[in-house]
Amino acid sequence: MIAIYLLFILMLAIFVGFELIQKVPATLHTPLMSGANAISGITILAALVLAGGESGEAATVLGIIGVFFATINVVGGYLVTDRMLAMFKKK
Amino acid sequence: MDTTIFINIVYVIAAALFIYGLKLLGHPATARQGNKLSAIAMLVAIIVTLLDQNIVSYNWIIISVLSGSAVGVYVSKKVEMTGMPELVSLFNGVGGLASAAVAIAAMVGSELTTGLATISVIALIIGAVTFSGSLVAWGKLSERISGKPIVFKSQAIANYGLIAVTVLFSALYVIFPSSITFIVLVIALALAIGVMVVLPIGGADMPVVISLLNSYSGLAACAAGFALENNLLIVAGALVGASGIILTNIMCKAMNRSLVNVLTSGFQEVVSMDIVVEGEIKPISADDAFYVLEAAQSILVIPGYGMAVAQAQHAMKELQELLENNDAEVVYGIHPVAGRMPGHMNVLLAEADVSYDLLLEMDEVNPRMENFDVAIVIGANDVVNPAARELKGSPIYGMPVINADLAKNVFVIKRSMSSGFAGVDNPLFFKDNTRMIFGDAKEVLNNIVRQFAD
Repeated sequence: MIAIYLLFILMLAIFVGFELIQKVPATLHTPLMSGANAISGITILAALVLAGGESGEAATVLGIIGVFFATINVVGGYLVTDRMLAMFKKK
Repeated sequence: MDTTIFINIVYVIAAALFIYGLKLLGHPATARQGNKLSAIAMLVAIIVTLLDQNIVSYNWIIISVLSGSAVGVYVSKKVEMTGMPELVSLFNGVGGLASAAVAIAAMVGSELTTGLATISVIALIIGAVTFSGSLVAWGKLSERISGKPIVFKSQAIANYGLIAVTVLFSALYVIFPSSITFIVLVIALALAIGVMVVLPIGGADMPVVISLLNSYSGLAACAAGFALENNLLIVAGALVGASGIILTNIMCKAMNRSLVNVLTSGFQEVVSMDIVVEGEIKPISADDAFYVLEAAQSILVIPGYGMAVAQAQHAMKELQELLENNDAEVVYGIHPVAGRMPGHMNVLLAEADVSYDLLLEMDEVNPRMENFDVAIVIGANDVVNPAARELKGSPIYGMPVINADLAKNVFVIKRSMSSGFAGVDNPLFFKDNTRMIFGDAKEVLNNIVRQFAD
């Protein structure tokens, strides 16, 4: 039953995603992609629980690796997107 | 209140902020705010996750978050705007790697039920393919690997075989979820698929590949969300997946090709062109170009990857100001696949301080093309090739292009007479109203700017 409920969430999220992103103008497609990089770093949530948990040494080490790489995505992605968006000005 | 419930309530709020952040990204004036909102959502989600009672030790978490942040801050400050395609490609790969690591951790941490084992192995495969594929794409973009399609005999069959074997071992893992051997085999095979799929794709098709891998990095997070039953991973991953798919679709349409064609065209023989474009090339010096520009009322600038290579955007902006002071209208016409990633040209011009309302899309400039006194093509080739419109049998026939040749005068700034990435001759260079200005784009533009100053 959990799987079905998760599928529902997935279905709704995909529709929202399509609706919203279709409205992003071509001018902003590069920041959209780097921003998407940052959001895909959401994996950090799962990695944190595995890194700090007690599912065995291998899972902990992999979790720590996951946290490290996901953090690069989150921090790097948001900062570089912000840097780019700051350049888009109207005169 | 139960911590788990509290965490999930905050996740709902975070999901709402992600969605609203994306909505604000729909306009350049609010986009920066939207990105900040999204970052706040991420921060809140991370903090609340740390309350999870399953987390017993924080030492390594702190170390990896701090070191990951340091790397993130460093690359985001250091990267040049011309290097954005490479950076996004690396970020795609890193995202895939993180999701793959999480999937493997779930697989080795405990013996999974059939359902969870299936979705975990899917997350692992998508993550690993994204990682190795992105590294190859990065290699091609930074020219560490040849930008030309790398093909060998029976490559298509080898790829199908590779995919079949991967599916087989994945199935075996699901049947025997305690087997480490099968996990290792699936990892190796998935990494190989990523390499094999991207190698045969040429440099000009990179906008499609980056968009597709961007989508995969989200889908990997989404699949990991299913494996660990985390609904925020599913929502955020799906948003990224949708974004990448939309961009992939826009890129394919802009080249009049299907995704399958882009992914497999490296295998096919290049169609030889019987049509030979004949005519006279009419070069013009920067001095003479200045006189035409001085008299022009409306000017369209069409940038391409060559502008990025020559770093000519700042010189162009300087020229734009001089032309505007001369009471001329200057706008930019940007083709969706100009550059190496979606929106590449826009970022470069924004960096040079060009106002974003002057950056027009192809469909906005084409209807009024006849009214432009001069169209200046800087380092673009295939995206302004009239063969796409008038030469049936040309490999790019049918591709939507910016109809620069319909402007009153066309200046093409180009290094030499080589053909574009598609390897197609460009009849634009031979048109009566076209003048070629040979040389480095930045030098040529600076020359014209100097004429204005005199």
